[in-house]
Amino acid sequence: MEFILISGRTMHQGETLHQKCSEDYMKACAICEMNPEDMKELGVKDGDVVRVTSEAGDVNVYVKPCEGLDRGIVFIPMGPWANAVVPAGTDSTGMPSFKGIKVRIEKADGRVLRGDELVRRYEFEG
Amino acid sequence: MSLRVEDVVCPFCGCLCDDIVVYVENDEIKEVENACKFGAHRFLAVKKHRIKAPMVREGQDFKEVSYDEAIKRAVEILTKAKKPLLYGFSSTSCEVHEVAIELAELLGAVIDNTASVCHGPSVLAVQEVGYPSVTLGEVKNRADLVVYWACNPMHAHPRHMSRYSLFPRGMFTDKGKLERFLVVVDVRKTETAEIADLFVKVKPGYDFEVLNALRTILNKGDIPHEEVGGVKKETLMELAERMKNCRFGILFFGVGLTMSRGKHRNIAEAIKLVRDLNRYTKFSIMAMRGHYNVTGFNEVLSWETGYPFAVDFTRGYPWYNPGETDANSLLQSKDVDAVLVIASDPAAHFPRESVRYLAKIPLIVVDPFESLTSKIADVVIPSKVMGIEAEGSAYRMDAVPLRLKKVIEAEGLLSDLEIMERILEGVKRKLSSKSEIAVKM
Repeated sequence: MEFILISGRTMHQGETLHQKCSEDYMKACAICEMNPEDMKELGVKDGDVVRVTSEAGDVNVYVKPCEGLDRGIVFIPMGPWANAVVPAGTDSTGMPSFKGIKVRIEKADGRVLRGDELVRRYEFEG
Repeated sequence: MSLRVEDVVCPFCGCLCDDIVVYVENDEIKEVENACKFGAHRFLAVKKHRIKAPMVREGQDFKEVSYDEAIKRAVEILTKAKKPLLYGFSSTSCEVHEVAIELAELLGAVIDNTASVCHGPSVLAVQEVGYPSVTLGEVKNRADLVVYWACNPMHAHPRHMSRYSLFPRGMFTDKGKLERFLVVVDVRKTETAEIADLFVKVKPGYDFEVLNALRTILNKGDIPHEEVGGVKKETLMELAERMKNCRFGILFFGVGLTMSRGKHRNIAEAIKLVRDLNRYTKFSIMAMRGHYNVTGFNEVLSWETGYPFAVDFTRGYPWYNPGETDANSLLQSKDVDAVLVIASDPAAHFPRESVRYLAKIPLIVVDPFESLTSKIADVVIPSKVMGIEAEGSAYRMDAVPLRLKKVIEAEGLLSDLEIMERILEGVKRKLSSKSEIAVKM
C-alpha cells in the first residue's frame, strides 16, 4: 500500500537519545505508526514487522496503531530507521525532506536491525 | 558531602529551563527537581552509555588509546584532508564554537551545525523577510493567543507550555491558561493538538497554501475557495478573525514547516502573515529550536563570519551557500574528504545517502555518549557532558544567553573545550612545521 511518511520527535525517542545502541532506542524509534483501518487493510497487527520502501531504499520496522493519523499517512520517529527512506537532495536549501515522503509499505518476514547494525551496514553499501 | 544546587540550566532542548534543582551526593546526582522527562533523564542518567576511553579504529575493531594519541590521529586526519567538514556543535557551549571556527578557518574547512537539518530554512527565510520576534518572557507576560504550527511541544519541548506560553500566570495574563486561547495547526492530531481550543488539520505539504489563504483573508477579506490544503474556509475565516482580534499573539513554528514541501518558503509566508497581522494587533513569531544551543552556534558564527551556518573557508574567506556548503549537500555530492563531528549524531539523523558516504571517509567523533556516528568513526574522543560536568554559555530559542553550570566532577575526562583547543594547537603546530619544510625546499 502507498503512504505519505512523516518523521518527527517523540518523548520516548528523546528519552533514549543517548543510548542509541540499546534495544530501548530501537523500540522507541523503529516503529511505524499507522491508522488502524490501514493496518486492517494491510493485514498487519500491532508489533508485526513491515518493510517501508521509498526511492532511497527500504527498512524494516514494527507497525503500531495510531488513531491520530489520517488514513494514508504514517509516522516514524526521527532516527536511522526513518532516515533510511529519506530521499537524497535538499532542494538547494541544505534541508533534506524528512517529512512528506512517498513510501510503499508491506508485511515483512525479516527482522528489525538495531541502530548500530543499521548504520554499520552503510560502510559496505555501494 | 551532600549539595543542593539551585538555578541549574538544563542542557537538553531549546527551552533551556533555568530553574532546575539538582541534589548531589559524593559527586553523584541523586535527585532532580523541576525538570521534564528529558531533562531529568539527562541529569540522572549522565553516567550511563558513556564512551569509556579515547579509541581509534583498527579494521572492524576499536583500540583504546590515550587522549594524546587520539588527538594526534585527529590532527593527522584534519591536516591531511583537502576539504574537511566540522559539524555538530548544537549540544555544546559557545566557547567551543569560537575555537572550532578558528580551527575551520585555519584548515580551510567547512563548518556547519545541526541547524542545517532543523531550522536552516527558517534562517534563509529570516534573511529574506526579517524576524518579528520577542523573548519568551514577553510571551509569558502578554500573549493571549498562542499558535503552535507544525510542532508538538508535548513531545519535543515538554515544559514550553507550562513555563513560557500557555499555563504560566504573567504580568498581564494573571489568569494563566484561562486567559489564553491555544491554536494548533498540524498534519496529525498530536497530544498538543488534543488540548487545543482550536485544532486545524492541514494536508501534508500544504502549509504554504494555508498560510497564504490566511494572508489573503486578512488583506482582501475573503478567499475564492471553499477549502484550502484540507482546511475549510470557515475555519480559516475564524482563525484569521481570532488572530486579528487578540491583544498579543505568538506563532511558534516547528520543523514540520522547514522539512516539508516549500521549506524556507513556508517560513517566509508565516513571517509575512505575522507582519500583516501587526497592522491590526501585536503579533510575533518564534522558531521552536531543538538542541539546547543550536541558536548559540548560529549567533557565534554570525558574529565571527557574518553567516549563521554552512560556512565554507576553502577560499580563505567565509563563503555561504546552503544547498552547496551545508553538511548534507557536501556529503551527498562527496565533496568533503574528512569529517569531525562534535556534540551531535549525524549517522542517526542524516538521510541514508549522506550516512553512506560518512561511513567511508575518515571520521573523528567528540562526544560524551556512545552515538551511532561513534560506531562508524575512525577516532573517538570522549568528553565531559556540557552543563553537568563542565560550564559554558548557551543561547535559548529566543536568543537569550544563559550560563550552563558544572554540578559534578568528571575525573579523567577532558571537556569539549579542552579537546578542541588541543586539536587546534596540534593543527597549528603541524601546519607551521609543514610550511617550514616548504620554505626549506
